[in-house]
Amino acid sequence: MLQKMYDWVDERLNITPMWRDLADHEVPEHVNPAHHFSAFVYCFGGLTFFITVIQILSGMFLTMYYVPDIINAYESVKYLQNEVAFGVIVRGMHHWGASLVIVMMFLHTLRVFFTGAYKKPRELNWVVGMLIFFVMLGLGFTGYLLPWDNTAYFATKVGLEIANSVPVIGPYAKALLTGGDIVGAQTLSRFFAIHVFFLPGALLGLLGAHFVMIRAQGISGPL
Amino acid sequence: MSEKREISRRTFLNYALMGTGGFLAAGMITPMIRFAVDPLLKHSAGGDKVAVGSIDEFGAEPKRVEFKVHTKDGWYESESVLAAWVTKNDKGEVTALSPVCKHLGCTVDWNKGEHENEYFCPCHMGRYKIDGAHVLGTPPTKSLDLYETEVKDGKLYLGKIKPNPLPGVTG
Repeated sequence: MLQKMYDWVDERLNITPMWRDLADHEVPEHVNPAHHFSAFVYCFGGLTFFITVIQILSGMFLTMYYVPDIINAYESVKYLQNEVAFGVIVRGMHHWGASLVIVMMFLHTLRVFFTGAYKKPRELNWVVGMLIFFVMLGLGFTGYLLPWDNTAYFATKVGLEIANSVPVIGPYAKALLTGGDIVGAQTLSRFFAIHVFFLPGALLGLLGAHFVMIRAQGISGPL
Repeated sequence: MSEKREISRRTFLNYALMGTGGFLAAGMITPMIRFAVDPLLKHSAGGDKVAVGSIDEFGAEPKRVEFKVHTKDGWYESESVLAAWVTKNDKGEVTALSPVCKHLGCTVDWNKGEHENEYFCPCHMGRYKIDGAHVLGTPPTKSLDLYETEVKDGKLYLGKIKPNPLPGVTG
């Protein structure tokens, strides 16, 4: 049945070459943990992506209940966490995944660094990877404010002071992020927009570039 | 060797991969789906009836009452004011009609304008009889909704709104 449906579409659109091109490439021996167990360090990039997918999915579902408003934000989080079935699980996935994605990304970066994979001709991919790193930190920073509890509020105040301390552009960066004179209604709304629209958009673009480049250049050779 | 259905290494690995992948995906997706469909599976709490006055106040002539209900909408709780037109017949049976027109939701009034002994909706000239039955030939296609009623200790209590089964009448 499924095979028939697939064949029907394939006959008309010739889709097999498209996914074959993505799926069919040999894993080099030095990258395959089945050959050398220590090659598991090559899994960290894929794991980062896997957790990113979980973050995107769980985040999409969380916005079904969450409202970015200073009066209702905390109450809506409390409601979705305590009164909606599996709310504690879905929010837990997003909460713990946020930390785990940073850990995995850091391990991936260490692997790339210590295997020298960033060297010519892959310098550009290293740069894109660094941009992804900063986008991820931005996602963590903006997402932290959204529950609008005391921890979130004061952590954001500290974060904004750090931004403020940057020479020359600091005060402008702070004003742009705060959106007003105080950390309040406008800040929360802004952080929400940045967290769910701007940064994920940038992240998807950068991830696409990251993957296209690694497919075009191939994984770097053994040490 | 006896006849055995061999499966190739490739087929086995395919099944193993699909199984593991499916298990991982299901573990991720199941909580999220259950989370999203929660409103479908939650039974509505609203069962409390609200007292609107002594039963002796009501008679054959419709009387309008207003009452407050406590609404819990997710994390947002509020008091909303509802109204009802209440009549009591000779046998002591109470009817409480919702004043929301079944055409487009305007508010109907009793005995207003040229239509005597009828509920009248000023928006599009909708008309209903005293029992809430809609008058054929006017815009509404359903009769006015009913409140669940209960008389306890000489007081009238109104509950949830339910559809009125009365068919339309010519008028």
